[in-house]
This record gives sequence, structure tokens and C-alpha cells, in this order.
Amino acid sequence: MNMTVKDRPKKKQTETKKTPIVNVENVYKVNQLNLWYGEDHALKDINLDIPEKQVTAIIGPSGCGKSTFIKTLNRMVETVPSVKVSGGIQYRNQNIFQPSYKVEELRTQVGMVFQKPNPFPKSIYENVVYGPKIHGIRDKKTLDKIVEKSLRGAAIWEEVKDRLNENAYGLSGGQQQRLCIARCLAIEPDVILMDEPTSALDPISTLKVEELVQELKKDYSIIIVTHNMQQAARISDKTAFFLTGEVVEFSNTNELFSNPADKRTEDYITGRFG
Amino acid sequence: MNLVNKEQVKKKMASRLFTNRILQGLLLLATLFGLIVLGVLIYRMTTQGIGYLSLDFFTNFASRFPEQAGIKAAIVGTLWLMAVTIPVSLILGVGTALYLEEYAPKNRFTRIIQVNIANLAGVPSIVFGLLGLTIFVRLAEMGQSVLAGGYTLSLLILPVIVVASQEALRSVPKEMRDASYAMGATKWQTIQRVVLPASIPGILTGSILAFSRAIGETAPLIVIGALTYVAFLPENLYSGFTAMPIQIYNWATRPQIEFQELAAAGIIILLLMLIILNSIAVLIRNKFQKRY
Ligand SMILES: Nc1ncnc2c1ncn2[C@@H]1O[C@H](COP(=O)(O)OP(=O)(O)O)[C@@H](O)[C@H]1O
Ligand SMILES: [Mg+2]
Repeated sequence: MNMTVKDRPKKKQTETKKTPIVNVENVYKVNQLNLWYGEDHALKDINLDIPEKQVTAIIGPSGCGKSTFIKTLNRMVETVPSVKVSGGIQYRNQNIFQPSYKVEELRTQVGMVFQKPNPFPKSIYENVVYGPKIHGIRDKKTLDKIVEKSLRGAAIWEEVKDRLNENAYGLSGGQQQRLCIARCLAIEPDVILMDEPTSALDPISTLKVEELVQELKKDYSIIIVTHNMQQAARISDKTAFFLTGEVVEFSNTNELFSNPADKRTEDYITGRFG
Repeated sequence: MNLVNKEQVKKKMASRLFTNRILQGLLLLATLFGLIVLGVLIYRMTTQGIGYLSLDFFTNFASRFPEQAGIKAAIVGTLWLMAVTIPVSLILGVGTALYLEEYAPKNRFTRIIQVNIANLAGVPSIVFGLLGLTIFVRLAEMGQSVLAGGYTLSLLILPVIVVASQEALRSVPKEMRDASYAMGATKWQTIQRVVLPASIPGILTGSILAFSRAIGETAPLIVIGALTYVAFLPENLYSGFTAMPIQIYNWATRPQIEFQELAAAGIIILLLMLIILNSIAVLIRNKFQKRY
């Protein structure tokens, strides 16, 4: 595997948050990925392996391509007409850009939580069953079970169980975001992509979502964009530092923060720019 | 060192507030002008026409004798026309809007279509009448029928419905679509479950205004040969017909004062129909908005 940009020899392995190096499956293998918005070269030669059932954080200053990168992982970036891509992304050993690959199928395996909570203007119940319904699940009992399981999974069940038929817009911002996480869990994905999921939330809601991410990584592989370095340090196992469309450094979170290999990473995490 | 001269600010204050008051008054006058004219119109129509609004007026056909003349054929004719126009123009209009907004590639060809549709909305109705005469009445051999009339009116209001629907579709936030696509929904599923429900209030508002216009249209129906003196009801889509505005026009152009009053009575009925139509629109709109 030649994917990681800086594979430094492991130094200290005494930190508390260490990742077992034995036999980690990769959900994504990103190989020489380049992306352009028209003439604008937004992602440059990205090589990353994203491990299964861990939290991978993407950090970097605004405009460095974090959102673009994770939107490429579920091909949502293609909703921008001017986008051109080269290179490969393998999801579970399949090239997601090959013509026969169905993007709808990819997105049932890879869920996404957006920066701004975006529930549908429907009831809480209808929001959660949206995914299962479009995939053809009709049975009311099954749907009811999915709703409870997903809302519990997103740690919001207790708050909303008595008002499932109320409009989701009546929820607070933090609750809406957890509802969006529940909506994403309802399709039982393999990977969850989160693009700055807490940037629109207050500190308490942020904490709840962070705890939730810790909980979710037992069952899901999570890729989370954040421009909050403390958050990355708190919740992730691996961290990739992006700068102007390139991956400067990708390693275990504790290493990246305690002992950055690249000068630019060090400048960034010590707050010298960004 | 103050750059803002407080004295000057104070002096200017009174005149700024005064200007504001004056404009408030002028804008109110502008609003009142329309309202007053409408009020006068309704008053005149009511006082003139009320005498003829009896049950007979609704159940009688047209007649040479004012006291026996009724509006039955025109009301039924208009209902027939609308039964054709509403579904045809809605389906074609919303369909076109969906294609243009959601599916069509954003290229030159689409832009040309787009500009043309917007221009069509401004074409005089009599031109649509000629179009209907050529295509439906003659080429498609529908004759001077309800069907030809309904299709012609559909064509007439189609551009308005397309433009209004596109506007409504465009106003659905991108985040909503993204949420749906990100869950693996197809384009059609996204349209059906997210985009259409969110845009129906807007689509209906625009469409109902268009229907109101169609109900009141006279010129294109005269061109395609709607009848003016009818003593029967349409039996099917190929029957001849008359319509409310044509009947009203017919009465209003006669010299006798009695027929003028009949025209006024007809206008009252036409206005009532429009009010009913608009109320239905408001009801549907509220129903859909409540579901959110
Ligand atoms: N829809 C778009 N069209 C054109 N350029 C875009 C678009 N979205 C992002 N970009 C450009 O791509 C670069 C990376 O943006 P983005 O991925 O949103 O950065 P980040 O999420 O790290 O703040 C920026 O230079 C931005 O201007
Ligand atoms: Mg971003």
C-alpha cells in the first residue's frame, strides 16, 4: 500500500488512543484523485486509505477542498455540472467511477450528513423512513422498527418518541442534526460521511454529536470533515490534513497532533495560520 | 474628532421623516385607486344585473326576448372547456417545467426553448386563436368543438403555467434535493417525494391565475368559431359550444338596455366562478402547506 502520503516510522505507541495496526480493512482506497471545477484544480493527487470502523477526520483551512473531497466519496460532487475527475476511488474494491457503477447503489452504502441540518419539511417519522421507502420497504411494522432503531442510534429517541408525527422543523438545530443522522442510519449504511456536522450547532449539541460519533464507529466507518482541530483530536482515529487541495499529512490522530511530520501541519495545528 | 456632524444629522431628521410620510400616503393612494375602480365596477354590475339573477336565468337558453334569456348554455360550455383546459394545460405545463428544470441539459438548445416559452407568454390571445383554428379545427379536423376550444385555451395558458411552475421548482432549496440524492434516491423519486410536494403551492398559485385568464378569454374562442346563439348543451367533446365571455360579449353589444343588464348579470356569474376557482386554489394550497 503506497497510499498514505507520509508513512513515518511509528515512534511513540504509548498514547491512550492507539489504533490496532493488525488487519485493518480499508473501506476506501483513493488513488491519484484529481478534481477540477471548470479550470479550478480543487483536488490534487490525493492518495488515502480509509480504514473500516474508525473515525477518519479531514482537517484544513477553509477552501482547501475538504467538502469537495468527501462529496467525491459518494459522488455528490457531480451535482456541480462543471466538475471533472481523474484518478480512482475504490469503495470496497470497486471503482466508483467506472461507467457500470450505479451511483444510487453507492449512496445506499455511503450515507451523508451535511453541514447545515437539512431535514425534509415532513414529520419526524417520515424523515427517518425516507431512505427505506425509496428503497422499496413498505411494511409498516418494519418501518416502525427502523424508526425506533435509527432514532435510538442517533441518541434522539427519548426526545422525540412522543412526537414522531410532528414536523421536523419544530426541532432545535441540534435535534435536527441528530435527526439527519438517524435518517442516514435508517438505510443501514456501511460508511457515514459528515461534512462539518457540528459547525451550525451550539456547544452542548456539538458535544452530543461528538459522543454519538464515538458510539457509531462501533458499527460504521465514519469520515468527518471539521475545521475544529480540537474536535478532530477528540474524536478521530486517523486524521488527514488538507491544504490547497493536497493531502499534506495523513496519519494516526495522536501522532499527527503530537508529532507532526510536516512543517505546514505543525504551523496549522499550532494555530500559526488557517 | 467626529466625522459625523450630529447637528447636521439632527437637522436632516425632520425632512427624512416627512418624505417617508408623504410616500406612505402616495403609495396608499395608488392602492386605493385600483380598489375604488373595482368597487365601482362591482357596484354597477350588481345594481344593473341583480334584477335578472333568478333561477330562470340559470335554466334558460339564450333568447331574443331579454326576459326569457338565460345563461345555461354558456355556463355549461365554460365548464366543459375548463374540463379540457385544466388537465391538459396542467399536465403539459408541469411536465414541461419538470423536464426543463430537472432533466434538460443546461445547453444552448434548452436556453432557446426557455426564451421562446417566456416570449410565448406575451403573445396576444387572438394569435393563439388562429393557431387553434389552423391546427385543431382544420388540420386535426376537430371542428368548432369543445375539444378544439379547450386545446386552444390550453395552448394559450401553457407558457404561463410552465414559467410559474419552473419558478416554483427552482425555489426548492438545493439542500432538500441533496438530502434525497445522498440517500440513493433517483431523480424521479426526488422529484416525486421532495421537489413536487414543496413546489405544489407555487405551481397551483400560478396555474389558477392562468385558469382564471382562460375562463375570461373571448377572442381565441370567437376565432375558432364558438357559437354565440346556442339552444343546446354540449353532449360530448365534439359538440359545438358557447362560453361565458362570449355570451356576455354578445349581450353587451346589443343596443337594448335590457341586454346590457343581462350582460351585467352574466358578469356577476363570471366573477363568482372566478372567486370559487380562486378559493379552491387557496384551499388546496393550505392543505399542502399544512402537511409540512
Ligand atoms: N460548486 C463549486 N463550483 C466551483 N468551485 C467550487 C465549488 N465548490 C467548491 N469550489 C472551490 O473548490 C475549492 C474547495 O472548496 P471546498 O471543498 O468547499 O473547501 P472546504 O470545504 O475545505 O472549505 C475552493 O477553492 C472553492 O472555491
Ligand atoms: Mg466545506
